[in-house]
Amino acid sequence: MKYVNEYRDGRLARSLAETITRIADPAKHYHFMEFCGGHTHAISRYGIEDLLPANVRMIHGPGCPVCVLPVGRIDAAIALAERPEVTLCTYGDLMRVPGSHGTSLLRAKAAGADIRMVYSTLDAIGIAEAEPERQVVFFAIGFETTTPPTALAIRLAAQKKLSNFSVFCNHVLTPSAIQNILESPDVRSLGTVRIDGFIGPAHVSTVIGTEPYNFFAEEFAKPVVVAGFEPLDVMQAILMLIAQVNDGRHEVENQYVRAVTPGGNARAKAEVAEIFELRKSFEWRGLGMVPYSGLRLKEAYAAFDAERRFGIDYVPARDNPACECGAILRGVKKPVDCKLFGTVCTPETPMGSCMVSAEGACAAHWTYGRFRDHARRKAS
Amino acid sequence: MSPKAYRRRLDIKNGRVDLSHGSGGRAMAQLIADVFHEALDNEWLRQGNDQAAFDVGAGRMVMTTDGYVISPLFFPGGDIGSLAVHGTVNDVAMAGARPLYLSASFIIEEGFPFADLKRIADSMGEAARAAGVPVVTGDTKVVERGKADGVFISTTGIGVVPAGLDLSAEKARAGDRVIVSGTLGDHGVAVMSKRQNLTFDTAIVSDSAALHELVAAMVAAAGSGLRVMRDPTRGGLAATLNELAQQSKVGFRIDEDALPVKPEVAAACELLGLDPLYVANEGKLVAIVAPEAAAVVLAAMRAHPHGRDAAVVGEAVVDDHRFVQMTTAFGGGRIVDWLSGEQLPRIC
Amino acid sequence: MCLAIPAEVTELLPDGMARVSLDGVGKVVSVALVEDVAVGDYVVIHVGYALTKIDPEEARHTLALLAELAAAPAEGVP
Repeated sequence: MKYVNEYRDGRLARSLAETITRIADPAKHYHFMEFCGGHTHAISRYGIEDLLPANVRMIHGPGCPVCVLPVGRIDAAIALAERPEVTLCTYGDLMRVPGSHGTSLLRAKAAGADIRMVYSTLDAIGIAEAEPERQVVFFAIGFETTTPPTALAIRLAAQKKLSNFSVFCNHVLTPSAIQNILESPDVRSLGTVRIDGFIGPAHVSTVIGTEPYNFFAEEFAKPVVVAGFEPLDVMQAILMLIAQVNDGRHEVENQYVRAVTPGGNARAKAEVAEIFELRKSFEWRGLGMVPYSGLRLKEAYAAFDAERRFGIDYVPARDNPACECGAILRGVKKPVDCKLFGTVCTPETPMGSCMVSAEGACAAHWTYGRFRDHARRKAS
Repeated sequence: MSPKAYRRRLDIKNGRVDLSHGSGGRAMAQLIADVFHEALDNEWLRQGNDQAAFDVGAGRMVMTTDGYVISPLFFPGGDIGSLAVHGTVNDVAMAGARPLYLSASFIIEEGFPFADLKRIADSMGEAARAAGVPVVTGDTKVVERGKADGVFISTTGIGVVPAGLDLSAEKARAGDRVIVSGTLGDHGVAVMSKRQNLTFDTAIVSDSAALHELVAAMVAAAGSGLRVMRDPTRGGLAATLNELAQQSKVGFRIDEDALPVKPEVAAACELLGLDPLYVANEGKLVAIVAPEAAAVVLAAMRAHPHGRDAAVVGEAVVDDHRFVQMTTAFGGGRIVDWLSGEQLPRIC
Repeated sequence: MCLAIPAEVTELLPDGMARVSLDGVGKVVSVALVEDVAVGDYVVIHVGYALTKIDPEEARHTLALLAELAAAPAEGVP
């Protein structure tokens, strides 16, 4: 796989790890947050943690669209799917995410709801065309990466005058979430969490570019390095962050230059701007209400807005009170600090957002890394 | 029941199965004769009994049963018919046994085209003949439209284990080597490539194959050096090793660099967000082998067409937690956990 | 988040679609979101859409830099 395998070279990784160890100041501790689940996944999947010196710690951020989708939105999607006229189309990731009272789309499907897994928004359009008697609702989630494909599908549906297609929009914005974390009392005033820098999103940045991060570098004096999702990309970004910290710099740097430009993808941004507008605030699982962090369909496209077409009322639902996801997403706690982790909360029976998707901090640790806990316990 | 009793043959080209073909009357007799007996023909079926009688030699018998429900029914490299033969032959063979006979039970949905049914039965007959394991008895049921998905097949297989051989899932010991017989994930990717909404083109075909001759070669080479064998079907290599870890009370450590995976399979998995370790195989086996027997088993496997790409991929280790751990190609460590839920294509 | 993978454009199709190939695995995707896509380009595919082109020059540059960093002494880190 060209442009993939080269960035997974294990020998290069070990030499790079030596360079990291050499330039990391042994007197310092480095705390970097990788915002994206994609980076969390790469770190866990390739065992990057084993290659880093002990004074470089990675904090897994909230950048997984499945994890941050609040329970109430899942409940609303299930209610939609249970309507007899509705065919709900969704990405595979959402099928097992738990709603309230042990429900999920997978269970609703088993109980008779017409729920279909699609690979692309175009598949949902295809279903709407092929089955004009059904009300086809696309359950849209995702960050800036996944929003342009939804926008295009809505424009296509408008062109085709499809009266049986609509979108249940749950698209959210990355910069708003990063700001929310940086402004949270834990990070800003209490100082209970140290974040010395961010690894910025890979594919989100192909769309929005690197410019939106300038604000964080300036306002919060934190270095940001936008990095690709391959493991060598991540290691190079860590090296670049350490260098910035050592130099006392806080700049936005771009490691993923092969795919990301400062301005991003103008055409994709224009498509999104044509169809969507900001919501005043949107609930994130684990972070709570985050101002101007979500999108909805503009008035001109109201006909394709499932929330308006079906009069969906959003009822917030509560997570398990013992769940520490909020603190884990902000880097205050680690998965093993949560009482539920690995006991009642596992990937089979996830209680909180960090366990629901393979990219969540808890699921990644459970699936790939938990052998280290036992090794550590044994060692101490 | 002589087929000569019927004046007109089934209209295989255009006809469809209807409820009369499961009702025990003449239509059913004709379906069985024209489709199944013709495809699977052997001396036991020709006797026309509701059971097959045969002599068995000395040794321990093994018996296994399996249900086949697959969508789509026809996929690159096979179909539900050949799969039903291979899967059951393999389940018998994994005990180190020589498979002898199969039974087959068909549950057919009303409206299913005769042409497809014949194609499946013919493929099944061909697979059984190639394996030398006849289908000696069977059953046919027809259910109303919507109560099955085309056709479901259940097969039972029996075989005999050579004297002195006793493979079992609790026999892996720390230090034993883990050998896989070939590339991982071919079957799952071939099937997925034809699923609705996922369509992608690839030259990958299912690895569906009967492995009993490969097993016989391994048994001849190593005998009691073999601890346990299993075919990593649903859940892939990851599920098989996790099962064996629990049953044998050991851990496993595997090496990502050693795992045989075709580049196209790796690419398709990247595209769909899947991991080849969890993707199904239908013509591969995992053998846990005593360390001193590993080299001879590997050589015997590689000398057989179904074991050409066989590789030692890891070993059993002492581990109270029964973890399957992997040294990644990148040099780090990770767990290879059980599959959580279904292997679904992901966006993130 | 946002699983995406670079694949080579092998054929441009009508309506902003294109056939791409990833190590012999072919798929039809939308390239409507990316300007000036040509056969031979590598595009990053996410949920059936190309999001951006891979810049081959920058890709080479990153690999060269990685090799340099891996070999580098303590000085000379960017």
